[in-house]
Amino acid sequence: MIVVENLHKTFGSTAVLKGISTSFEKGKTNLIIGQSGSGKTVFLKCLLGLFPYETGSISYDGQVYSNLSTADQRLLRSKIGMVFQGGALFDSMTIGENVKFPLRMFTKLSNSEMEDRAHEVLKRVELVDAYNKFPSEASGGMQKRVAIARAIVNNPSFLFCDEPNSGLDPKTAIVIDNLIQEITNEFNITTVINSHDMNSVMEIGQKIIFLKDGFKAWEGSNKTIFKTDNEAVTNFVYSSELFRKVRQMYLDEN
Amino acid sequence: MRGLILRDIDDLIIGSFGIVAFISFFVGGVVTIQTALNINSPLIPQYLVGFATRQSVILEFAPTFISIIMAGKVGSFITSSIGTMRVTEQIDALEVMGINAINYLVFPKTIALLLYPFLISIAMFLGVLGGMAACYYGGFTSVSDYIWGVQLDFIPFHLAYAFIKTFVFAFLLATIPSYHGYFMKGGALEVGKASTTSFVWTSVAIILSNYIITQLILS
Repeated sequence: MIVVENLHKTFGSTAVLKGISTSFEKGKTNLIIGQSGSGKTVFLKCLLGLFPYETGSISYDGQVYSNLSTADQRLLRSKIGMVFQGGALFDSMTIGENVKFPLRMFTKLSNSEMEDRAHEVLKRVELVDAYNKFPSEASGGMQKRVAIARAIVNNPSFLFCDEPNSGLDPKTAIVIDNLIQEITNEFNITTVINSHDMNSVMEIGQKIIFLKDGFKAWEGSNKTIFKTDNEAVTNFVYSSELFRKVRQMYLDEN
Repeated sequence: MRGLILRDIDDLIIGSFGIVAFISFFVGGVVTIQTALNINSPLIPQYLVGFATRQSVILEFAPTFISIIMAGKVGSFITSSIGTMRVTEQIDALEVMGINAINYLVFPKTIALLLYPFLISIAMFLGVLGGMAACYYGGFTSVSDYIWGVQLDFIPFHLAYAFIKTFVFAFLLATIPSYHGYFMKGGALEVGKASTTSFVWTSVAIILSNYIITQLILS
Protein backbone atom coordinates (compact mmCIF):
# COMPACT_ATOMS: atom_id res chain seq x y z
CA MET A 1 0.00 0.00 0.00
CA ILE A 2 1.20 3.50 -0.80
CA VAL A 3 0.10 6.42 1.36
CA VAL A 4 0.60 10.00 0.18
CA GLU A 5 0.16 12.87 2.61
CA ASN A 6 -0.06 16.56 1.75
CA LEU A 7 2.28 16.37 -1.25
CA HIS A 8 3.48 19.67 -2.68
CA LYS A 9 5.65 20.06 -5.76
CA THR A 10 6.66 23.27 -7.52
CA PHE A 11 8.77 24.08 -10.58
CA GLY A 12 10.22 27.55 -9.99
CA SER A 13 7.25 29.69 -9.04
CA THR A 14 4.69 27.29 -10.55
CA ALA A 15 2.95 25.01 -8.09
CA VAL A 16 2.11 21.74 -9.84
CA LEU A 17 0.95 19.55 -6.94
CA LYS A 18 -0.94 21.44 -4.23
CA GLY A 19 -1.28 19.26 -1.18
CA ILE A 20 -2.37 15.86 -2.47
CA SER A 21 -3.31 13.24 0.11
CA THR A 22 -4.48 9.80 -0.93
CA SER A 23 -3.68 6.11 -0.72
CA PHE A 24 -3.15 3.39 -3.32
CA GLU A 25 -4.41 0.04 -2.18
CA LYS A 26 -2.67 -3.31 -2.42
CA GLY A 27 -4.10 -5.86 -4.85
CA LYS A 28 -6.06 -3.17 -6.68
CA THR A 29 -5.58 -1.23 -9.90
CA ASN A 30 -5.41 2.40 -8.80
CA LEU A 31 -5.89 4.91 -11.62
CA ILE A 32 -4.77 8.53 -11.63
CA ILE A 33 -6.82 10.46 -14.18
CA GLY A 34 -7.09 14.09 -15.18
CA GLN A 35 -6.67 16.48 -18.07
CA SER A 36 -3.31 17.20 -19.65
CA GLY A 37 -1.42 19.59 -17.35
CA SER A 38 -3.33 18.51 -14.25
CA GLY A 39 -0.14 17.14 -12.66
CA LYS A 40 -0.60 13.39 -13.27
CA THR A 41 2.86 12.73 -14.67
CA VAL A 42 4.58 14.88 -12.04
CA PHE A 43 2.61 13.03 -9.35
CA LEU A 44 3.67 9.68 -10.77
CA LYS A 45 7.31 10.77 -11.00
CA CYS A 46 7.18 11.94 -7.37
CA LEU A 47 5.81 8.52 -6.41
CA LEU A 48 8.66 6.88 -8.32
CA GLY A 49 11.27 9.07 -6.64
CA LEU A 50 12.30 10.63 -9.96
CA PHE A 51 11.19 14.12 -8.82
CA PRO A 52 11.97 15.49 -5.36
CA TYR A 53 9.04 17.23 -3.66
CA GLU A 54 8.97 20.21 -1.30
CA THR A 55 6.67 19.07 1.48
CA GLY A 56 4.57 16.04 2.32
CA SER A 57 5.41 12.37 2.55
CA ILE A 58 5.08 9.16 0.58
CA SER A 59 5.20 5.84 2.36
CA TYR A 60 5.48 2.40 0.78
CA ASP A 61 4.12 -0.38 2.98
CA GLY A 62 4.72 1.83 6.01
CA GLN A 63 8.24 2.99 5.02
CA VAL A 64 8.46 6.76 4.48
CA TYR A 65 10.66 7.13 1.38
CA SER A 66 12.38 10.37 2.41
CA ASN A 67 13.37 8.88 5.80
CA LEU A 68 15.18 5.94 4.21
CA SER A 69 18.94 5.81 3.70
CA THR A 70 20.21 5.85 0.10
CA ALA A 71 20.86 2.09 0.29
CA ASP A 72 17.35 1.42 1.59
CA GLN A 73 15.88 3.69 -1.11
CA ARG A 74 17.71 1.60 -3.71
CA LEU A 75 16.42 -1.58 -2.08
CA LEU A 76 12.88 -0.20 -2.15
CA ARG A 77 13.25 0.75 -5.79
CA SER A 78 14.24 -2.80 -6.62
CA LYS A 79 10.71 -3.74 -5.48
CA ILE A 80 9.18 -1.30 -7.99
CA GLY A 81 8.20 -2.29 -11.52
CA MET A 82 7.51 0.42 -14.03
CA VAL A 83 5.83 0.32 -17.43
CA PHE A 84 6.74 3.49 -19.29
CA GLN A 85 4.54 5.16 -21.88
CA GLY A 86 6.85 4.19 -24.73
CA GLY A 87 7.95 0.92 -23.17
CA ALA A 88 11.49 2.23 -22.48
CA LEU A 89 12.98 -1.10 -23.50
CA PHE A 90 16.75 -1.18 -23.87
CA ASP A 91 17.07 -1.27 -27.64
CA SER A 92 20.60 -2.70 -27.62
CA MET A 93 19.32 -5.85 -25.87
CA THR A 94 17.03 -8.62 -27.07
CA ILE A 95 13.59 -8.95 -25.52
CA GLY A 96 14.87 -11.85 -23.42
CA GLU A 97 17.81 -9.80 -22.16
CA ASN A 98 15.48 -6.88 -21.38
CA VAL A 99 13.31 -9.13 -19.25
CA LYS A 100 16.34 -10.67 -17.50
CA PHE A 101 17.86 -7.24 -16.80
CA PRO A 102 16.30 -6.62 -13.32
CA LEU A 103 17.25 -10.17 -12.32
CA ARG A 104 20.85 -9.62 -13.39
CA MET A 105 20.97 -6.38 -11.39
CA PHE A 106 19.24 -7.44 -8.20
CA THR A 107 19.47 -11.19 -7.80
CA LYS A 108 22.18 -13.81 -7.64
CA LEU A 109 20.33 -16.29 -9.83
CA SER A 110 22.34 -18.39 -12.24
CA ASN A 111 21.98 -17.69 -15.94
CA SER A 112 19.77 -20.75 -16.47
CA GLU A 113 17.53 -19.73 -13.55
CA MET A 114 17.23 -16.24 -15.02
CA GLU A 115 16.37 -17.72 -18.43
CA ASP A 116 13.69 -19.89 -16.85
CA ARG A 117 12.16 -16.94 -15.02
CA ALA A 118 12.28 -14.76 -18.16
CA HIS A 119 10.54 -17.49 -20.18
CA GLU A 120 7.98 -17.86 -17.39
CA VAL A 121 6.97 -14.17 -17.42
CA LEU A 122 7.13 -13.94 -21.21
CA LYS A 123 4.76 -16.90 -21.30
CA ARG A 124 2.51 -14.99 -18.88
CA VAL A 125 2.30 -12.09 -21.36
CA GLU A 126 2.07 -14.55 -24.29
CA LEU A 127 5.37 -13.60 -25.90
CA VAL A 128 7.58 -16.68 -25.53
CA ASP A 129 8.42 -16.69 -29.25
CA ALA A 130 9.79 -13.16 -29.07
CA TYR A 131 12.64 -14.06 -26.68
CA ASN A 132 15.44 -13.53 -29.21
CA LYS A 133 13.93 -10.59 -31.06
CA PHE A 134 15.04 -7.01 -30.58
CA PRO A 135 12.51 -4.37 -29.39
CA SER A 136 12.66 -2.68 -32.80
CA GLU A 137 11.27 -5.90 -34.33
CA ALA A 138 8.24 -5.88 -32.03
CA SER A 139 4.94 -4.02 -32.47
CA GLY A 140 3.75 -1.32 -30.03
CA GLY A 141 1.48 -3.77 -28.22
CA MET A 142 4.25 -6.37 -27.98
CA GLN A 143 6.64 -3.75 -26.60
CA LYS A 144 4.11 -2.84 -23.91
CA ARG A 145 3.74 -6.52 -22.99
CA VAL A 146 7.53 -6.93 -22.83
CA ALA A 147 7.66 -3.83 -20.60
CA ILE A 148 5.06 -5.46 -18.33
CA ALA A 149 7.06 -8.70 -18.30
CA ARG A 150 10.23 -6.78 -17.36
CA ALA A 151 8.33 -4.89 -14.66
CA ILE A 152 7.00 -8.05 -12.97
CA VAL A 153 9.97 -10.39 -13.47
CA ASN A 154 11.48 -9.56 -10.07
CA ASN A 155 8.17 -10.05 -8.22
CA PRO A 156 7.69 -6.36 -7.42
CA SER A 157 5.49 -5.11 -4.60
CA PHE A 158 4.54 -1.99 -6.56
CA LEU A 159 3.73 -1.64 -10.25
CA PHE A 160 3.51 1.76 -11.93
CA CYS A 161 2.21 2.26 -15.45
CA ASP A 162 2.38 5.55 -17.33
CA GLU A 163 -0.38 5.60 -19.91
CA PRO A 164 0.02 1.93 -20.85
CA ASN A 165 -2.61 2.19 -23.60
CA SER A 166 -1.36 5.24 -25.45
CA GLY A 167 -0.83 4.59 -29.15
CA LEU A 168 -2.55 1.19 -29.09
CA ASP A 169 -5.64 0.08 -30.98
CA PRO A 170 -8.75 -0.49 -28.81
CA LYS A 171 -8.48 -4.29 -28.90
CA THR A 172 -4.80 -4.35 -27.86
CA ALA A 173 -5.54 -1.69 -25.25
CA ILE A 174 -8.13 -3.97 -23.63
CA VAL A 175 -5.64 -6.88 -23.71
CA ILE A 176 -3.07 -4.71 -21.89
CA ASP A 177 -5.68 -3.47 -19.36
CA ASN A 178 -6.82 -6.99 -18.59
CA LEU A 179 -3.24 -8.22 -18.31
CA ILE A 180 -2.38 -5.50 -15.78
CA GLN A 181 -5.47 -6.24 -13.73
CA GLU A 182 -4.87 -9.99 -13.77
CA ILE A 183 -1.26 -9.54 -12.71
CA THR A 184 -2.28 -7.13 -9.96
CA ASN A 185 -4.77 -9.59 -8.51
CA GLU A 186 -2.57 -12.66 -9.10
CA PHE A 187 0.54 -11.28 -7.39
CA ASN A 188 -1.27 -8.95 -4.94
CA ILE A 189 0.68 -5.92 -6.17
CA THR A 190 -0.09 -2.26 -5.51
CA THR A 191 -0.65 -1.02 -9.05
CA VAL A 192 -0.79 2.68 -9.95
CA ILE A 193 -1.78 3.61 -13.50
CA ASN A 194 -1.58 7.08 -14.97
CA SER A 195 -4.21 7.23 -17.70
CA HIS A 196 -6.67 9.35 -19.59
CA ASP A 197 -8.16 6.43 -21.45
CA MET A 198 -11.82 6.31 -20.41
CA ASN A 199 -12.12 2.65 -21.41
CA SER A 200 -9.43 1.82 -18.83
CA VAL A 201 -11.26 3.91 -16.24
CA MET A 202 -14.46 1.94 -16.80
CA GLU A 203 -12.80 -1.47 -17.16
CA ILE A 204 -10.10 -1.64 -14.49
CA GLY A 205 -10.51 1.43 -12.26
CA GLN A 206 -10.87 -0.34 -8.93
CA LYS A 207 -9.76 2.91 -7.37
CA ILE A 208 -9.72 6.23 -9.23
CA ILE A 209 -8.09 9.51 -8.24
CA PHE A 210 -9.05 12.53 -10.31
CA LEU A 211 -6.57 15.41 -10.39
CA LYS A 212 -7.44 18.94 -11.45
CA ASP A 213 -5.02 21.87 -11.41
CA GLY A 214 -2.72 20.09 -8.96
CA PHE A 215 -5.47 19.21 -6.48
CA LYS A 216 -7.17 15.90 -5.83
CA ALA A 217 -10.65 16.82 -7.03
CA TRP A 218 -12.32 13.43 -6.57
CA GLU A 219 -11.66 9.87 -5.43
CA GLY A 220 -13.79 6.79 -6.08
CA SER A 221 -14.02 3.69 -8.27
CA ASN A 222 -15.38 2.64 -11.66
CA LYS A 223 -18.67 1.91 -9.90
CA THR A 224 -19.05 5.22 -8.10
CA ILE A 225 -17.85 7.33 -11.03
CA PHE A 226 -21.23 6.80 -12.71
CA LYS A 227 -23.09 8.24 -9.76
CA THR A 228 -20.86 11.18 -8.91
CA ASP A 229 -22.20 14.69 -9.29
CA ASN A 230 -18.73 16.22 -9.06
CA GLU A 231 -18.81 18.71 -11.93
CA ALA A 232 -15.08 18.51 -12.69
CA VAL A 233 -15.23 14.71 -13.02
CA THR A 234 -18.41 14.62 -15.09
CA ASN A 235 -17.08 17.34 -17.42
CA PHE A 236 -13.90 15.31 -17.97
CA VAL A 237 -15.12 11.70 -18.00
CA TYR A 238 -18.40 12.31 -19.78
CA SER A 239 -17.11 14.80 -22.32
CA SER A 240 -18.04 12.45 -25.19
CA GLU A 241 -21.58 11.65 -26.26
CA LEU A 242 -20.85 7.91 -26.04
CA PHE A 243 -19.85 8.01 -22.38
CA ARG A 244 -22.79 10.30 -21.52
CA LYS A 245 -25.10 7.66 -22.99
CA VAL A 246 -23.31 4.84 -21.18
CA ARG A 247 -23.67 6.73 -17.92
CA GLN A 248 -27.35 7.40 -18.54
CA MET A 249 -27.96 3.71 -19.29
CA TYR A 250 -26.14 2.72 -16.09
CA LEU A 251 -28.16 5.17 -14.01
CA ASP A 252 -31.42 4.01 -15.63
CA GLU A 253 -30.59 0.37 -14.90
CA ASN A 254 -29.57 1.08 -11.30
CA MET B 1 29.72 -4.50 -15.85
CA ARG B 2 32.48 -6.54 -17.54
CA GLY B 3 30.18 -7.17 -20.49
CA LEU B 4 29.42 -3.46 -20.80
CA ILE B 5 33.13 -2.57 -20.74
CA LEU B 6 33.91 -5.16 -23.41
CA ARG B 7 31.04 -3.89 -25.57
CA ASP B 8 32.29 -0.32 -25.19
CA ILE B 9 35.84 -1.39 -26.08
CA ASP B 10 34.40 -2.92 -29.23
CA ASP B 11 32.28 0.14 -30.06
CA LEU B 12 34.74 2.88 -29.14
CA ILE B 13 38.22 1.45 -29.71
CA ILE B 14 38.07 -1.49 -32.11
CA GLY B 15 35.30 0.17 -34.11
CA SER B 16 37.53 3.23 -34.63
CA PHE B 17 40.54 1.28 -35.82
CA GLY B 18 39.68 1.48 -39.54
CA ILE B 19 39.17 5.23 -39.75
CA VAL B 20 42.21 5.94 -37.55
CA ALA B 21 44.42 3.66 -39.67
CA PHE B 22 43.18 5.16 -42.93
CA ILE B 23 43.62 8.79 -41.85
CA SER B 24 46.98 8.22 -40.14
CA PHE B 25 48.53 6.46 -43.10
CA PHE B 26 47.54 9.10 -45.65
CA VAL B 27 48.12 12.17 -43.46
CA GLY B 28 51.58 10.76 -42.65
CA GLY B 29 52.18 10.55 -46.40
CA VAL B 30 50.95 14.11 -46.98
CA VAL B 31 53.19 15.49 -44.18
CA THR B 32 56.16 13.77 -45.85
CA ILE B 33 55.30 15.09 -49.32
CA GLN B 34 54.80 18.65 -48.10
CA THR B 35 57.99 18.63 -46.06
CA ALA B 36 59.98 17.23 -48.99
CA LEU B 37 58.55 19.75 -51.44
CA ASN B 38 59.34 22.67 -49.12
CA ILE B 39 62.99 21.75 -48.71
CA ASN B 40 64.54 23.68 -51.58
CA SER B 41 68.01 24.33 -50.24
CA PRO B 42 70.65 21.75 -51.15
CA LEU B 43 72.26 22.48 -47.77
CA ILE B 44 69.36 20.89 -45.90
CA PRO B 45 69.80 17.10 -45.73
CA GLN B 46 67.01 14.93 -47.17
CA TYR B 47 66.80 12.83 -44.01
CA LEU B 48 65.09 15.81 -42.34
CA VAL B 49 61.94 14.71 -44.18
CA GLY B 50 61.79 11.59 -41.97
CA PHE B 51 62.72 13.60 -38.88
CA ALA B 52 59.97 16.19 -39.51
CA THR B 53 57.38 13.52 -40.23
CA ARG B 54 58.21 11.61 -37.06
CA GLN B 55 58.07 14.74 -34.87
CA SER B 56 54.81 15.95 -36.43
CA VAL B 57 53.13 12.58 -36.16
CA ILE B 58 54.25 11.67 -32.63
CA LEU B 59 53.95 15.09 -31.02
CA GLU B 60 50.80 16.47 -32.59
CA PHE B 61 49.13 14.59 -35.38
CA ALA B 62 48.51 11.24 -33.68
CA PRO B 63 47.51 12.41 -30.19
CA THR B 64 45.72 15.69 -30.98
CA PHE B 65 44.47 15.52 -34.56
CA ILE B 66 43.18 11.96 -34.14
CA SER B 67 41.51 12.98 -30.86
CA ILE B 68 39.64 15.78 -32.65
CA ILE B 69 38.45 13.21 -35.19
CA MET B 70 37.49 10.89 -32.35
CA ALA B 71 35.51 13.75 -30.75
CA GLY B 72 33.42 13.61 -33.89
CA LYS B 73 33.19 9.84 -34.20
CA VAL B 74 33.27 8.48 -30.65
CA GLY B 75 31.95 11.66 -28.98
CA SER B 76 28.89 11.87 -31.22
CA PHE B 77 28.25 8.17 -30.74
CA ILE B 78 28.36 8.50 -26.95
CA THR B 79 26.17 11.63 -26.87
CA SER B 80 23.58 10.30 -29.29
CA SER B 81 23.36 6.85 -27.69
CA ILE B 82 22.99 8.23 -24.14
CA GLY B 83 20.76 11.09 -25.41
CA THR B 84 18.45 8.63 -27.18
CA MET B 85 18.24 6.62 -23.97
CA ARG B 86 17.22 9.83 -22.18
CA VAL B 87 14.58 10.70 -24.81
CA THR B 88 13.09 7.20 -24.83
CA GLU B 89 12.96 7.08 -20.99
CA GLN B 90 15.51 4.24 -20.82
CA ILE B 91 17.55 6.26 -18.30
CA ASP B 92 14.40 6.85 -16.23
CA ALA B 93 13.82 3.09 -16.36
CA LEU B 94 17.32 2.49 -14.93
CA GLU B 95 16.76 5.05 -12.17
CA VAL B 96 13.36 3.65 -11.24
CA MET B 97 14.98 0.24 -10.86
CA GLY B 98 17.42 1.79 -8.40
CA ILE B 99 20.41 1.56 -10.73
CA ASN B 100 22.93 4.40 -10.67
CA ALA B 101 22.49 5.40 -14.32
CA ILE B 102 25.64 7.55 -14.53
CA ASN B 103 27.74 4.71 -13.17
CA TYR B 104 26.03 2.19 -15.46
CA LEU B 105 26.42 4.29 -18.62
CA VAL B 106 29.54 6.43 -18.19
CA PHE B 107 31.91 4.29 -16.13
CA PRO B 108 32.28 1.49 -18.75
CA LYS B 109 33.04 4.09 -21.44
CA THR B 110 35.68 5.73 -19.27
CA ILE B 111 37.32 2.36 -18.62
CA ALA B 112 37.07 1.36 -22.30
CA LEU B 113 38.81 4.56 -23.34
CA LEU B 114 41.80 3.70 -21.15
CA LEU B 115 42.76 1.62 -24.20
CA TYR B 116 42.72 4.76 -26.34
CA PRO B 117 46.55 5.14 -26.18
CA PHE B 118 46.73 1.77 -27.95
CA LEU B 119 44.81 3.31 -30.85
CA ILE B 120 47.08 6.35 -30.84
CA SER B 121 50.22 4.21 -30.88
CA ILE B 122 48.86 2.50 -34.01
CA ALA B 123 48.18 5.95 -35.48
CA MET B 124 51.81 6.93 -34.77
CA PHE B 125 53.17 3.81 -36.42
CA LEU B 126 50.94 4.08 -39.49
CA GLY B 127 51.62 7.82 -39.85
CA VAL B 128 55.36 7.20 -40.05
CA LEU B 129 54.75 4.18 -42.31
CA GLY B 130 52.57 6.33 -44.59
CA GLY B 131 55.42 8.81 -44.89
CA MET B 132 57.78 6.03 -45.87
CA ALA B 133 55.30 4.78 -48.47
CA ALA B 134 55.06 8.30 -49.90
CA CYS B 135 58.88 8.43 -50.21
CA TYR B 136 58.97 5.03 -51.86
CA TYR B 137 56.19 5.59 -54.36
CA GLY B 138 56.66 9.35 -54.90
CA GLY B 139 60.44 9.41 -54.97
CA PHE B 140 60.67 12.55 -52.80
CA THR B 141 63.65 11.14 -50.95
CA SER B 142 65.23 7.73 -50.57
CA VAL B 143 63.70 5.29 -48.11
CA SER B 144 67.06 4.86 -46.37
CA ASP B 145 67.32 8.64 -45.82
CA TYR B 146 63.76 8.69 -44.51
CA ILE B 147 64.45 5.83 -42.05
CA TRP B 148 67.65 7.55 -40.96
CA GLY B 149 65.67 10.75 -40.33
CA VAL B 150 63.01 8.90 -38.38
CA GLN B 151 65.69 7.55 -36.03
CA LEU B 152 67.59 10.83 -35.74
CA ASP B 153 67.76 12.50 -32.30
CA PHE B 154 64.89 10.44 -30.98
CA ILE B 155 63.86 11.59 -27.50
CA PRO B 156 61.85 8.88 -25.69
CA PHE B 157 60.29 11.50 -23.42
CA HIS B 158 58.37 12.82 -26.42
CA LEU B 159 56.47 9.53 -26.48
CA ALA B 160 55.74 9.87 -22.77
CA TYR B 161 54.50 13.43 -23.41
CA ALA B 162 52.28 12.19 -26.25
CA PHE B 163 50.77 9.41 -24.14
CA ILE B 164 50.16 11.69 -21.14
CA LYS B 165 48.20 13.93 -23.50
CA THR B 166 46.39 10.92 -24.88
CA PHE B 167 45.20 9.79 -21.44
CA VAL B 168 43.84 13.28 -20.74
CA PHE B 169 42.10 13.36 -24.13
CA ALA B 170 40.64 9.89 -23.51
CA PHE B 171 39.09 11.14 -20.26
CA LEU B 172 37.67 14.20 -22.05
CA LEU B 173 36.34 12.00 -24.88
CA ALA B 174 34.48 9.81 -22.38
CA THR B 175 33.09 12.45 -20.04
CA ILE B 176 32.11 15.54 -22.06
CA PRO B 177 29.95 13.67 -24.62
CA SER B 178 28.42 11.58 -21.79
CA TYR B 179 27.51 14.78 -19.93
CA HIS B 180 25.84 16.28 -23.01
CA GLY B 181 23.89 13.08 -23.66
CA TYR B 182 22.88 12.45 -20.06
CA PHE B 183 21.62 15.93 -19.28
CA MET B 184 19.94 16.68 -22.62
CA LYS B 185 16.26 17.55 -22.71
CA GLY B 186 13.82 17.32 -25.60
CA GLY B 187 13.36 14.98 -28.53
CA ALA B 188 15.12 13.64 -31.62
CA LEU B 189 16.15 17.09 -32.88
CA GLU B 190 17.76 17.89 -29.53
CA VAL B 191 19.76 14.63 -29.69
CA GLY B 192 21.31 15.93 -32.93
CA LYS B 193 21.96 19.33 -31.38
CA ALA B 194 23.48 17.74 -28.28
CA SER B 195 25.84 15.68 -30.49
CA THR B 196 27.00 18.81 -32.30
CA THR B 197 27.44 20.74 -29.05
CA SER B 198 29.36 17.88 -27.49
CA PHE B 199 31.69 17.72 -30.52
CA VAL B 200 32.38 21.47 -30.28
CA TRP B 201 33.05 21.43 -26.53
CA THR B 202 35.12 18.25 -26.63
CA SER B 203 37.26 19.76 -29.41
CA VAL B 204 37.66 23.02 -27.46
CA ALA B 205 38.61 21.10 -24.32
CA ILE B 206 41.14 18.98 -26.26
CA ILE B 207 42.76 22.02 -27.88
CA LEU B 208 42.97 23.97 -24.61
CA SER B 209 44.25 21.04 -22.57
CA ASN B 210 46.76 20.31 -25.35
CA TYR B 211 48.12 23.84 -24.99
CA ILE B 212 48.27 23.65 -21.19
CA ILE B 213 49.89 20.20 -21.10
CA THR B 214 52.47 21.21 -23.73
CA GLN B 215 53.28 24.36 -21.77
CA LEU B 216 53.61 22.40 -18.53
CA ILE B 217 55.61 19.45 -19.84
CA LEU B 218 57.73 20.65 -22.72
CA SER B 219 58.53 24.27 -21.93
